Amino acid sequence: MIHLLDIILLTFMVIIAFTVVRLHNLFAAIVLTGIYSLLSASVFTILDAVDVAFTEAAVGAGIATILMLGTLALTSAEEKVQQGKIIFPLMVVILTGAVLIYGTLDMPQYGDPKAHIHQHVAPRYIIESPEEIGLPNMVTSVLASYRGYDTLGEVTVIFTAGIGVVLLLGRSRRNKSKEKDER
Amino acid sequence: MKDQIVLRVIAKLFIPFILLFALYVQFHGDYRPGGGFQAGVIFAAAFVLYTLIFGLEAAKKVAKPNLVQVLVAVGVLLYVGTGIMGILLGGNFLDYNVLDHHDPVHGQHLGILLIELGVGITVASVMITIFFSFAGRGQS
Repeated sequence: MIHLLDIILLTFMVIIAFTVVRLHNLFAAIVLTGIYSLLSASVFTILDAVDVAFTEAAVGAGIATILMLGTLALTSAEEKVQQGKIIFPLMVVILTGAVLIYGTLDMPQYGDPKAHIHQHVAPRYIIESPEEIGLPNMVTSVLASYRGYDTLGEVTVIFTAGIGVVLLLGRSRRNKSKEKDER
Repeated sequence: MKDQIVLRVIAKLFIPFILLFALYVQFHGDYRPGGGFQAGVIFAAAFVLYTLIFGLEAAKKVAKPNLVQVLVAVGVLLYVGTGIMGILLGGNFLDYNVLDHHDPVHGQHLGILLIELGVGITVASVMITIFFSFAGRGQS
């Protein structure tokens, strides 16, 4: 049953990916990428990664779509069709895809308890965190406590993004209004 | 969209619940899926909805851009401050065990609550700031 759901969701994701590439209407493309995010959130839910699914649904399907639509309001809703050779880019994409698929051949089976990732620090987190930290949601224990540095880096990235947008977009508008005043 | 009475009424009805849900996700992240990051985004989504329905000027009266820009930094400072608090109390940077000198587990709870709050404040205010910048750009 779960496998069937997986196949359906992943098929839809592939269809949407191809549709986005083919579409020239950017509005439709943005809405489709939002649907793509929602589908991948569903896949994460099936994989029992509810925290990741939550983030994907809130950020990928929600805010990112809104921000892209906001950007679209500033530009045009139609893509400029580029004339030119597509053979070389196509070859690059096919080659990259082939390398990536070749890379997955080396990966452990899904849910394999002997996989390296489950042998390193994960057992310690699972065994010790109920007593060391005492939170029922182990994801929060790892993110906020064991991996506090990583989360700090993440917050700093968001902070930097916000400051960057303020400096780039906020400042130029103020200058424009000043210019108007001077005239 | 100020003339759309259905949208206005529904938005007014929904916004308090969106904000409440954001706070629930924020402070219940220890027990259920969620945390500062998701909560911040949901909190910002309420302001985005308000802006879409009532316009940018009305939204800027609710969330003053200057205040929101200060909050962008406040969140990060709260996070780093919690970390430095750990050093001052004799532990390592971001070591929450020392925050409560009776019980290390309570210290962990307090530390996680504070840094999640910092994450939530920064994410919410960054999202609101970015959205305001984009929306404001279209008008001028």
